[in-house]
Amino acid sequence: MYPMGKKYIEVAAYFDTEGKIVPVMFWWDDGKSYQIDRVLDIRRAASLKAGGTGMRYTCRILGKERYLYYDDFTNRWFVEVPDKVS
Amino acid sequence: MERIILHCDCNNFYASVESLFNPKLRGRPFAVAGDPDQRHGIILAKNYEAKRYGVKTGNPLWLAKQLCPDIIFVPPHFDLYMNFSQPIRNIYYEYTDRVEPYGMDECWLDVTGCVPAFDGGKMIADELRERIKRELGITISAGVSFNKVFAKLASDYKKPDATTVIPYESFREFVWPLPVGDLLFVGRSTARIFERKCIRTIGDLANTSRETLKSWLGKWGEVLWLYANGYDSTPVARFGSQPEIKSIGNSTTLPRDLTELEEVKIIFMVLSESVAARLRKHGFQCETVQISIRGTDLSWIERQGKLEAPSCDSTSIYKKALELFTKNWVPGKPVRSLGVRGCNLSSRQVCQLSLMKSVQQIQRREKIEEVLDGLRFRFGNKIVVRGTMLADKSLSDMDPQTDYPHLVLSTVHSQI
Repeated sequence: MYPMGKKYIEVAAYFDTEGKIVPVMFWWDDGKSYQIDRVLDIRRAASLKAGGTGMRYTCRILGKERYLYYDDFTNRWFVEVPDKVS
Repeated sequence: MERIILHCDCNNFYASVESLFNPKLRGRPFAVAGDPDQRHGIILAKNYEAKRYGVKTGNPLWLAKQLCPDIIFVPPHFDLYMNFSQPIRNIYYEYTDRVEPYGMDECWLDVTGCVPAFDGGKMIADELRERIKRELGITISAGVSFNKVFAKLASDYKKPDATTVIPYESFREFVWPLPVGDLLFVGRSTARIFERKCIRTIGDLANTSRETLKSWLGKWGEVLWLYANGYDSTPVARFGSQPEIKSIGNSTTLPRDLTELEEVKIIFMVLSESVAARLRKHGFQCETVQISIRGTDLSWIERQGKLEAPSCDSTSIYKKALELFTKNWVPGKPVRSLGVRGCNLSSRQVCQLSLMKSVQQIQRREKIEEVLDGLRFRFGNKIVVRGTMLADKSLSDMDPQTDYPHLVLSTVHSQI
């Protein structure tokens, strides 16, 4: 099991009329885009594994739940990944 | 009604923020440290692993390395720490609008009325600790008491990640055995005075008569008596209220010891320009200039002198600073650090018209410097510099306003 790290990713999101940011899809290293089927939860949280804090989106992607973080210090999106990948 | 005051203190703040963003540091002894090449080589913050080796804030780097050979030094990222303070305060603001920051990493909260009884203060404190840990990844220590001074004592009592309560009914048993130096605003020199008078604990201080303390320390002695006896009634400032600024200053440790007056002049000019710009930014002028000088033997002196008229122009401040320096420092004696401070502030709106030519000159210079403020705001501080500063760029090439973030502290004391 590798230690976890942080990976910044490209994300497309929409901004609703109340200022809420909702991620819609993202791109991975393989160049493929992945649709976010549904956002289940949004809350501020720290990721000790990735090393950062931001708004944590619990997303359903390809049937699985994954965390996507929006770092509002730097306006970037990141995910937790095994360290050998980051 | 008894107040419920919280004091929240982020544990090892700089180090905690660094290890949040850099997980590889966790579990290893490290410290946030200044740049030894600029002679700012001291420990600014250490983590608990380094603390176990005896490394203390303020230690020079060589000592820290001696105490803990495996220690890792990390440069400071002040903008990151300042940005990180805000989400912490935003959490506090969800509970009360009486949130008074004390530096970047400490805050008082007045939650009187937010909970029905004093016991509710601990509940809020525990919730804050949990939320900050979960949402921001750092830990805080929280103190709960019926006044600000004891709330701070309580938060200092147990670290990390703990809540300590000092209720009115048992404050004497809790607070009075503690060393007198633990009381807020009892610094090293006051503690030394107390030591000479055999006052070693806060209880000793509390049980000394007010008149005796006043004869030793003046009004300050009476304030400390009130604090020690639980009579601190200073309010927690409301969110958005501006602290009262008592003085504005800048100081710097020099990249090399200075012995020549021409070199000292360059530093005084840089510091005076910064102090003057900040006075103008806040709408103040000063009547008194204070300088501080530290020698290579780490002895230091402070001297002050009155200006001819209240002003906020750098030339007036510089000339007074230089005059104080030449009168009070042996020529050629090496200087390690210098500071300039404008005191006895008044509002710039109160501006007496004068027939005196010298005062008119000051007012003309202030107008010119306001124009320079505008240029520097748009194009950076180096867009216009004085000719003397070009003589030695290694000394003048610093920006006191951005390189050395300062804290403007207000001290709002209870009325006696």
